[in-house]
Amino acid sequence: MRVPLTWLRDYVAITDTPDELASRLTYAGLEVEGIEYVGLAPVTRPVAGLPAAGRSGPAARGLAWDPATIVIARILEVLPHPNADRLTLLRVDDGSGAEPVVLTGAPNVFHLKGAGPLPKPLKIVYAREGAVLIDGHKSGREIITLKRAKIRGVESSSMACSEKELGISDEHDGIIILDDDAPVGAAAAEYMGDVVFEIKINPNMARNACVLGIAREIAALTGAPLKPPALGVTQAGPPIAGRVGIEIREPDLNPRFVLGLIEGVTIAPSPYWVRRRLRLAGTRPINNIVDVTNYVMFELGEPLHAFDFDALVRRADGRRPTIITRRAGPGERITTLDGVERALDPFTILVCDEAGPLSIAGVMGGAETEVADTTANVLLEGAAWNLVNVRRTMKAQDLPSEASSRFARGVHPGLAEKGVVRALELMRQWAGGTVARGLVDSYPGRPGPVVVDITPAEVERQLGLRVPAGEIVRILRALEFSCEVVGDASDPAAVVRATAPDHRLDIGSGHAGKADLVEEIARIHGYERIPETMLADVVPPPHPNRDLEREEQARDVLVSLGLQEIVTYSLTSPEREARLALAARPEGGAEIPYVRLANPIVVDRVVMRRAILPGLIEAAAANSRNTDRMAFFEIGNVFLPRPEEALPGEPRRLALVLSGARTLPGWQQGDRAAMDFFDLKGVIEELGEALAVAGVEFEPGERDGLRPGRSAAVRAGGEAIGWAGELHPTVAGRFGLEGRAVLAAELELDPLLRRAAERFTVRPVPVYPPVKEDLAFVLDRAIPVSRVQEVIRAAGGPMLAGVALFDEYAGEQVGAGKRSLAFSLTYQAPDRTLTDADARKIRERVARALKDELGAALRA
Amino acid sequence: MAVDFDLIVAEGLAALAAADGSGALERWRVAHLGRSAPVMAALGTLGALPKEDRRAFGQRGNQARQALERAYEEAAARVRQAELSRDLEAGAVDVTAPGRRRGRGRLHPTTRTLRKIYAIFGEMGFQIYRSRDVETDEYNFSLLNIPPHHPARDMWDTFYTTAPNVILRTHTSPGQIHVMRERCPEPIRVILPGMCYRYEQITARSDIQFYQVEGLAIGRRITMADLKGTLTAFAHALFGSEVRTRFRADHFPFTEPSAEMDVECFVCEGQGCPVCKQSGWLEILGCGMVHPVVLQNGGYDPREFSGFAFGMGPQRITMLMHKIEDIRYFFSNDVRFLEQF
Repeated sequence: MRVPLTWLRDYVAITDTPDELASRLTYAGLEVEGIEYVGLAPVTRPVAGLPAAGRSGPAARGLAWDPATIVIARILEVLPHPNADRLTLLRVDDGSGAEPVVLTGAPNVFHLKGAGPLPKPLKIVYAREGAVLIDGHKSGREIITLKRAKIRGVESSSMACSEKELGISDEHDGIIILDDDAPVGAAAAEYMGDVVFEIKINPNMARNACVLGIAREIAALTGAPLKPPALGVTQAGPPIAGRVGIEIREPDLNPRFVLGLIEGVTIAPSPYWVRRRLRLAGTRPINNIVDVTNYVMFELGEPLHAFDFDALVRRADGRRPTIITRRAGPGERITTLDGVERALDPFTILVCDEAGPLSIAGVMGGAETEVADTTANVLLEGAAWNLVNVRRTMKAQDLPSEASSRFARGVHPGLAEKGVVRALELMRQWAGGTVARGLVDSYPGRPGPVVVDITPAEVERQLGLRVPAGEIVRILRALEFSCEVVGDASDPAAVVRATAPDHRLDIGSGHAGKADLVEEIARIHGYERIPETMLADVVPPPHPNRDLEREEQARDVLVSLGLQEIVTYSLTSPEREARLALAARPEGGAEIPYVRLANPIVVDRVVMRRAILPGLIEAAAANSRNTDRMAFFEIGNVFLPRPEEALPGEPRRLALVLSGARTLPGWQQGDRAAMDFFDLKGVIEELGEALAVAGVEFEPGERDGLRPGRSAAVRAGGEAIGWAGELHPTVAGRFGLEGRAVLAAELELDPLLRRAAERFTVRPVPVYPPVKEDLAFVLDRAIPVSRVQEVIRAAGGPMLAGVALFDEYAGEQVGAGKRSLAFSLTYQAPDRTLTDADARKIRERVARALKDELGAALRA
Repeated sequence: MAVDFDLIVAEGLAALAAADGSGALERWRVAHLGRSAPVMAALGTLGALPKEDRRAFGQRGNQARQALERAYEEAAARVRQAELSRDLEAGAVDVTAPGRRRGRGRLHPTTRTLRKIYAIFGEMGFQIYRSRDVETDEYNFSLLNIPPHHPARDMWDTFYTTAPNVILRTHTSPGQIHVMRERCPEPIRVILPGMCYRYEQITARSDIQFYQVEGLAIGRRITMADLKGTLTAFAHALFGSEVRTRFRADHFPFTEPSAEMDVECFVCEGQGCPVCKQSGWLEILGCGMVHPVVLQNGGYDPREFSGFAFGMGPQRITMLMHKIEDIRYFFSNDVRFLEQF
């Protein structure tokens, strides 16, 4: 919200500099997001009493008007330009005694050209040579210095200013014509210079979406008294009673409806100071009647609506109009002020008369009954609407406006009457006319008083700071609560009984109400006065998070194995995942549906992932252009809808992708071969070992998406936990990784980590030396290594401490369909040094078992 | 038979002086100290000498042999030393050439920051509690004092799913309700990390997914002073003990009073710079005293219990600490970014 400083000063004395005020408001929860200087010059001095370091305010911008060169002047006569029909020369009195002539193209004085000396000179803002202004002819806000120039043969060194040239608005259709009270010769900055604060209004501060609200906060923060605008109206006309009726059909949605009437107004522009304020506040002046409704909305926070009363009477065929508020009927439509014909949702509440809808309540008026240049009699509406309902309508119709957004945040029904009274009086002052006596006020939803009891002890329990009852009362009264103290004010148990003022909807009852008051007390007393202490409360009992510990341990292991951790989006698209066939059927069975977004924002992020690998492979593909070696892992959730439950399962998975050179490029010889299945398997084996998970096994198995003959099912302790293998070349191609061996695995993390042994047993370190022996066997190629190792281990018995494959050979020397596997065997006894005879016995057992069970022949 | 041991020694030493390198030295050893060397041969005749001469002869012979042995040892040591020096010289490498890199793995930058946060709050007794990404409307909003259609909902742009009332969590706050309901009436100090989702345009400053870390402390006497103290201690631990913090009033429906904690800009030390947008302060986290309605929804009686909560973006903190200008770096996973950590 944009709040001009001069407007604030109508209601509260301000001695702070703009920076200080911005800081004060920001600390109190009214964040000043920007300061715009419109004429006044920034004043900088340290912000007293606030713990700001260095700079503390938002970035300031704007234009300060030099008091010597930008002054008030008056036009004495509008003369024709000798060489240009569209230009005129203004003879002005700038208070200096000289009568300079100013060249202008302003259309709003053109009609006075050649009319001779003006009987009532027009007041303008006059800029002398050297004045710093905004270039009115360029878009944006380009700063220029006024220089002497010759335009069509006439020399000119000064200017009559438009609002744009002074930085008040983007208006450049004519020069500013000031109100009559403007003192000729005075500095313009002094007369009408301003500072606009851009203030963020949080949802709990709806009451402060108006100048009076901000002024009230300043008064509470600084201790200065609040001077609210007078709420009296001169009502010289006949009574309104009997001339218009109100029928509220949905009191829950429309708790109050107030009408006032002013007759015989003259539609005209508002006084210049009003128009300037409205522009600074961010709205466009229209005419004196509409401007009043906007002015009062900015001032008090009550949006108002002005009807052309005669149009209503016409619609009622000359009878007494009755205003009806009700929900929209089926198929009902309305043409709003913006000329759009709108279909209405059944929840929409409308302001109607007996002939049909007049406006969408709280959101936008209808075209037919709006105030026009010919309007003479104005019926003024001040109403209260259910904020939830207005919010829904505003969103459904996509009609956010100053009015609808205020109603959507909540406007207290108490403001309806105040707003109407204030506006009637301003209309009378600015548009003439006679105000009808009294109001028509239907108030079926009058809220009961909101009374909250709070004690200094309760405040201290929340804030850790003693705030005496007297200070609590001072703060709450400054915010216009009515307060009484029950008991001795010096007692921490004294009860401050506070009744919320009739502009606040945010104060709850019971505990919520106490919290609301504690916040007000803390805000105004100052957060910076609350001390900083360390928690002294009871320490909670331990709840070790083993899941996370093991997950982090897994991360550390994978990092130690040279893998880079990756985090990809959980949001993806079915098409992206479908490229990896194995992702589509996570459990190999029927396809599981997706968690699908109802309102996706980008086309390729519409569902929650069911697998991690596709995203990880995408990351590999994106990196493949820039790096030779990719070794990535991701630990994260996948999202699998469950038939009987509203929420999906979110199991954790580990995905791995390896591709490219085994070692980083260097200048010496290294293992530059591309990584293969066994690099991937090694990572998984080492992870299992590091986490002390017994029985991580690989079983040959085909899998959609993986290359046949190079894929395996991974089991932990007998439970299937996922797959590892080389991507099928077709699949790699789909990801843009054609021609590369891409090793990939996706494993269920929970069953793996669940098996991580906390208390694994440590074997004693052998005292006696081991005996090592290398043996090679020739056997059928189809027999898997795991089977051979199994037989060796079983036959070797307890003294066979280690079996390690160190070579594989297939070729002519061993015959077709055969291969030679060479193992390094380690024999070890805990209690003695083994002899050659011991070793021979084990070797013979192993060789015999391999021959008998697998038909293997020991190679010499 | 007269043997001139002195001559033998002199000849031996002369020959030794000419022996260079370990091969020549070994040949010399065989020739002058081997079985058939003159001194050994002479000593071998000892038994044939008259008894009275044997002692003197043996003495002279042994002295000669020992002299040759000593000379040999010295020469051998010299040669070994010379050869070692040669080897060392020949084996010198260019130490300015690049080292051999094995290809280190790295944690994702967010994981690093999360771990720092866990560690700092861990020292203050906070445990880690995680909860689900896909949530009910109830846990994400209603139970946190954000009723349906309430204007406060405008603070979170939400991804809805096609299942009724099932949404992607917009913040980690639903975890507050989960942990409270699980642990009530125990006191609680937890850190709630997790992935959150917002219906927002993807730009350099906002992404549709991001990490959040929330904290919650519930107990019988926890105050806003504790909140300020705890979070200032956190800021000191993360950003340095000299940084100043400030607490400004703010609004969150699930806390009251609510605050925003700013940390003095550690880039410009509060003087104003592009990182802090000239304000001298960096917005780090939102916080406040747990709203009584939220306490009640978690099972705690607000008359007995109070608590504080706070939430921050570990990615934003990482961005500030390393001057990262684009939040999209985090999930685009370009190794040229990741390798810098």
